[in-house]
Amino acid sequence: MQITLTLNDKLVTWDVDKDEFLADTLRSHGLLSVKKACETSCCGLCTVWLEGKSILSCTVLSVRVHGKKITTIEGVSREAEEFARVLTAEGSEQCGFCSPGFIMNVLAMKNELINPSEEEIIHYLTGNLCRCTGYMGQLRAVKTYLGVAQV
Amino acid sequence: MKSVGHSIPKIDGLMIATGKPVYTEDLAMSNALVVKILRSPHAFAKIISIDISRAEKLEGVECILTYKDVPKERFTLAGQSYPEPSPYDRLILDEIVRYVGDEVAIIAAVDEKTALLAMKKIKVAYEVWEPVLDFEQALAHASVVHPEDDLHCNFDIGLQKKQNIASSYKEEVGDLEEEFKRCSVVVEDVYYPQAQAHAMMETYRAFTYLDHTGRLVAVSSTQVPFHIRRQLARALLLPASKVRVVKPRIGGGFGGKQTGSGEVFAGIVTLKTGKPAIIIYDRKETFTCTTSRHAMRLKVRIGADQEGIIRAIDIQVLSDTGAYGEHAPTVLSCVGHYTLPLYNKTRAVRFTGNAVYTNKMPAGAFRGYGATQGTFALESTVNKLAAELGMDPTEVRLKNISKEGETFLTGQGVLLGSSSLDRCIEKGKELIGWKDKFPCRKMGNNKVRAVGMAITMQGSGIANIGTASVELRLNDDGYFTLLAGATDMGTGCDTILTQMAAEILDVPMENIVFNAGDTDTSPYDPGSYASSTTYVAGTAIVKAAEELKQKILEQGAKFLGVSTQDVEMGGLAVRTFRGEEISLAKLAELTVLGTGKLQLVSSATHGSEISPPPYVAGFAEVEVDQETGKVELIDYVAVVDCGTMINPNLARIQAEGGIAQGIGMALYEEVNYTELGKMATNSFMQYKIPCRKDVGKVRIAFEESFEPSGPFGAKSIGEVVANTPPPAIVHAVCNAVGVRINHLPVTPEKVFLEMQKL
Repeated sequence: MQITLTLNDKLVTWDVDKDEFLADTLRSHGLLSVKKACETSCCGLCTVWLEGKSILSCTVLSVRVHGKKITTIEGVSREAEEFARVLTAEGSEQCGFCSPGFIMNVLAMKNELINPSEEEIIHYLTGNLCRCTGYMGQLRAVKTYLGVAQV
Repeated sequence: MKSVGHSIPKIDGLMIATGKPVYTEDLAMSNALVVKILRSPHAFAKIISIDISRAEKLEGVECILTYKDVPKERFTLAGQSYPEPSPYDRLILDEIVRYVGDEVAIIAAVDEKTALLAMKKIKVAYEVWEPVLDFEQALAHASVVHPEDDLHCNFDIGLQKKQNIASSYKEEVGDLEEEFKRCSVVVEDVYYPQAQAHAMMETYRAFTYLDHTGRLVAVSSTQVPFHIRRQLARALLLPASKVRVVKPRIGGGFGGKQTGSGEVFAGIVTLKTGKPAIIIYDRKETFTCTTSRHAMRLKVRIGADQEGIIRAIDIQVLSDTGAYGEHAPTVLSCVGHYTLPLYNKTRAVRFTGNAVYTNKMPAGAFRGYGATQGTFALESTVNKLAAELGMDPTEVRLKNISKEGETFLTGQGVLLGSSSLDRCIEKGKELIGWKDKFPCRKMGNNKVRAVGMAITMQGSGIANIGTASVELRLNDDGYFTLLAGATDMGTGCDTILTQMAAEILDVPMENIVFNAGDTDTSPYDPGSYASSTTYVAGTAIVKAAEELKQKILEQGAKFLGVSTQDVEMGGLAVRTFRGEEISLAKLAELTVLGTGKLQLVSSATHGSEISPPPYVAGFAEVEVDQETGKVELIDYVAVVDCGTMINPNLARIQAEGGIAQGIGMALYEEVNYTELGKMATNSFMQYKIPCRKDVGKVRIAFEESFEPSGPFGAKSIGEVVANTPPPAIVHAVCNAVGVRINHLPVTPEKVFLEMQKL
């Protein structure tokens, strides 16, 4: 079936299967920043924005985003790179596979929370798993990016 | 130094972090056949019949292969240097299936849906056999996991197939029983470190195609391209020259990708059909059909005199290698090799063990590689010894550890080139607040806070086996190409190896193109495992860069009409002390373009006769709820001796990540099976890895030493950092509530139930 959505500020019309998930649809249309790692909504790697809010695209049916606005990291490349520079300055991208989803959630948090505390930051980002870094470097990067004092 | 010792961001960092298409799946051809595997529902069975007729008729199905269609050449998926110690006990597909998830048929179709539909139409009849599920019962079990006649070992590893022993090992020095008799304190215990899943974020995947000359190309998310090439050649009956393996960016490995996975399945599909093929293991397959850390039982006995000097150590290991013997002999032997050298006041030590086959998912290489299990058992016993002696456990370590310039009982006279472990222990005590917090403090509300500690070591490469070759050339425009075989899996080795070359050549890192992980162009390197890249590949790079620098100086001096002693290199030029200079670009032009020239190239190979140990002293502070047994990790301090830090940020992040993985092993993670041998922990819902709320506060500090045999004084860091959390956390829990949890992980239930026995 056909869906029309606003992808990264451009209107697109795609043919999708009725049981197709958004992460697969996005990847098949070249949005290769969208990674999948769990199939059970546990890892956060496939995070994109639906109407500006983070969702897990691996478990959202593509037909559900008909008429909606979807943003991937390709659509916020300037902000993403700005944060990625802070992240990589800490060395805390490591394998990088979880980074695009993580960055999308960090940017969503920045839009949503004003002056978040360390606890709020950790809580907001808990759904983004990372097996490489142990999270401490990511926390340092987020705090630097948001201008929160490092303890 | 301009490059080495600086926290330079990874050269691939920005691109991978922002999601550029540089991983295996991103690079695959869109027309690649999708490969799916029909897997055994039984833990142990013989295939009586397979009917693929209905599946084959499905439109879009290109190829279905069963055990009748594959070469009868056994091989191992272990990524190890030839001759591999791991037994050749696999076929691509076998008539006997040895665990739930073992491969039964390979299906290739134009898309995933068709492949999955075809899978459902295959009918298999099995003769179900009694499986060996409990590894402690494997030795005397009536079932033999590998009864086949063509089971092959490259050399004697102690395999006894009728007893289900994949490998056995024994090392003994001194008169152990006599020494125990002389000890005033002897403690012993039995430990069960569990199977742990690597759970790297990028699951296993590879795609294959035939190139313009008809050679098989495999692009794979692997740590070991050269070993995968050898596996493919052997399993598919091809000359090695007809196989090329390419490693793009990897989304994590942790040793998992030191073992082959789907490459052979995609490879055989491409050979049979002539078409590109892609195989992607989903998360369930990654959990259930690849490898894990070896679950073990370790019996440890330690004897000491009344001063607390350890005189005798006895370690007996039973290791569960699962259905196949990937890394069985070497993980087993590393249990002893990476623990016994810690303490060198011993007069007798013995280390014995068996790795046994069972009908469960194979175990394999996992960061720590036996050291993790051995450290848990030995360090827990040393903590028990300290309690028995009434001594501070940090003091027991300081009295007993091997020091710089010393050797140890099984060390064959090799002297320790570097160690700051004593300083690591002192620093860790200070950072955790040991003086005020050991052993425990009551916090009110039935909560107790306590601290615990452990030390550990690893190696840096594999002595006399590990090797790395590199090539370095000055290109026509004055920049350099560095060809290496080391495989960056997120660790940052592309960056630190470039840092080393830049340091010696005295050029900015941007002037060096690092090219690695392609068996067609890379000089030989076994791959990134055994904590090798910094120490082994790094030394090769230092040698090659020094050689090329010398050639550039000679050539530059010639062009400037002076002798080599009168020139130096710097600022992208060769210059005389009087100030005349020739730029590298001009020098390159003059050595490359036109007739009668010779491009400046250097190459080097390095293998080390020793494997210098890095060290960690780990300290945990936990809070235990006395009513529920719940353990909360409050603080973790790890002080690391990795020699010189080539890149402090990348060293720190490696350490933080390793500690987090160790915390997972200590508190949360466990591969579990049902009574029928089906893995129960097959998703992130059942198998919990730490999230950012679970790691508490992890603090890393470094006490640098200088390793004389290492590049710029460096040793390794990748693995050693994973080992201390299980024993340190178990120790802290014991100090809090008086119960020793020897079965990992430390769950609230176990703590609670043990507390009821007090």
